[in-house]
Amino acid sequence: MKIAVLSGKGGTGKTLVAVNLAAVSRQATYIDCDVEEANGHLFFKPEWLKKEDIAVKVPQVNEDLCDGCRKCVNFCKFNALVYIKDKLQIFEEICHSCGGCLLVCPFKALKEKDKVIGVIQKGVSDNVIIYTGLLNPGEPSGVPIINKLLSKENVPENQLTIIDCPPGSACVVMESIKDADYCILVAEPTLFGVHNLNMVYQLVKLFNKPFGVLLNKCLPEDNPAEKFCRENRIRILSRIPFDNNLGTLNSNGEIVVKKEKKYQQLFSSLLDTVVKEVQYETTANP
Amino acid sequence: MKQLLILSGKGGTGKTTIASAFIRLAEAKAYADCDVDAPNLHLISNWDSPPARKDYYGLPKAMIDLDLCVECGICQANCRFDAISFKGKYEINPYACEGCSVCEFVCPAKAITMMPAVAGELMLYADAEKVFSTAQLKMGSGNSGLLVTEVKKQMKAAAKTEAKIAVIDGSPGIGCPVIASLSGVDMVLIVAEPSVSGISDMERIIKTAAGFNTRIAVCINKFDINREKSIQIKEICEKENLDFVGKIPFDPAVVKIINSGQSIVEVDCISGSEVKKVFQKTMGLLLKKA
Repeated sequence: MKIAVLSGKGGTGKTLVAVNLAAVSRQATYIDCDVEEANGHLFFKPEWLKKEDIAVKVPQVNEDLCDGCRKCVNFCKFNALVYIKDKLQIFEEICHSCGGCLLVCPFKALKEKDKVIGVIQKGVSDNVIIYTGLLNPGEPSGVPIINKLLSKENVPENQLTIIDCPPGSACVVMESIKDADYCILVAEPTLFGVHNLNMVYQLVKLFNKPFGVLLNKCLPEDNPAEKFCRENRIRILSRIPFDNNLGTLNSNGEIVVKKEKKYQQLFSSLLDTVVKEVQYETTANP
Repeated sequence: MKQLLILSGKGGTGKTTIASAFIRLAEAKAYADCDVDAPNLHLISNWDSPPARKDYYGLPKAMIDLDLCVECGICQANCRFDAISFKGKYEINPYACEGCSVCEFVCPAKAITMMPAVAGELMLYADAEKVFSTAQLKMGSGNSGLLVTEVKKQMKAAAKTEAKIAVIDGSPGIGCPVIASLSGVDMVLIVAEPSVSGISDMERIIKTAAGFNTRIAVCINKFDINREKSIQIKEICEKENLDFVGKIPFDPAVVKIINSGQSIVEVDCISGSEVKKVFQKTMGLLLKKA
């Protein structure tokens, strides 16, 4: 069972929810897909077991074979190749690794080499297996790392897997929720929170994912996120009140379910609710 | 025109809240929201008239003409993005297609063409004095860096010559939209949050921004939620030789002010008066002759 936690807006509490859901379960795999800013490991402080470089393919030119025909330059839709001063220049950061330049080169002057863009680490902390991906600063796209993180060998079939997604609703989020059985949308009670909740709401609807909303940082005042859920008949899974103590524990990298009984209960019951929802979905829409 | 870009690494540290305060305090004649994945600045910018809207075309996407397709599978074998599948017929997943044109090139039956595709929308608010450039990327789209570049271009093209300062609200993370927003700006203000996550992300955004040789200043938002971590942030600034421009306390009034569509300097509140000090220091650095 794969549960993705996403939010649209940053800082609403995705990692808080994902980490604590995994920690409160009997056994889980936690996958941190926010490869630009992976934070889950700061809470689990795992014992690292494995580290693997993630590379993409980029072209390199054999200048003896290149005759300057510029077919590759003209073909590249990403403008990653230029021919200046009788030399082919390759901008590796812009390259999307499509392999087109190799196909169009009449002289086989281009070859591919591996370029490391980040790492994946596997670790363990009590009952949780942790996979974390980290994109190197300066690299534009974490998608290849996310794909690798969510590859079959990391995601056990019949076990609970919690996927901590990046913010936004762009390609990286789509990759992260692609195979999820259920999506938890975490929302905060602000104008910004609602605007971005609406975006991920549209995204999960587009991909036909079963989902529910978790309202975080709830204040006694009117909650615009709750109003949005009511108006759109969206299932509210749970509410976490605004709590200074929770904020402090979280800012110190503590896992709150291990520190406070009431959060242990809150996240246990959230997990139960979600597991039931998924089981219902799989029987209703197999 | 001096351009100030506001970044944070971690999301939700207060970029937009601080950007909106700065825009107000500077009476900025030009500003932009480069968080094209999840733009919010327009929600508290209070323009009377609607923006001029323009479709943003990303790279064209592949389309298969099934009448011409001979089902040879060469396109699928050459697509690096797993965008082509066969379920009784060959199909292209427009969300996975990155527009590289390899399939069009390899197809022996000329069954594939690249078709223009809308990947987002650019919006420009303008009146006699000021301009505000923003955009919204279409869900699930990639290549947000190109749209960020368009947002900045649109702002610069529309800005009046007397616009001295441009405030640019950035996006979280360190990836392509952030990298695109960094090019050409005069200074970066990082809004840091005193938490283990906030510090880890701040260090990564500092590394990313350092590659651009831009002046970097740091402020702490909600510094009092964890004073120890706030001290740690200041120490990092000293070590990295970054300008520290102040700290803003946690203020329960902020949520209400933002939810009423205002910036925190329009209402009398503690975060508003502290952000003014951060603003003064930041402007001092931005306008200082290099």
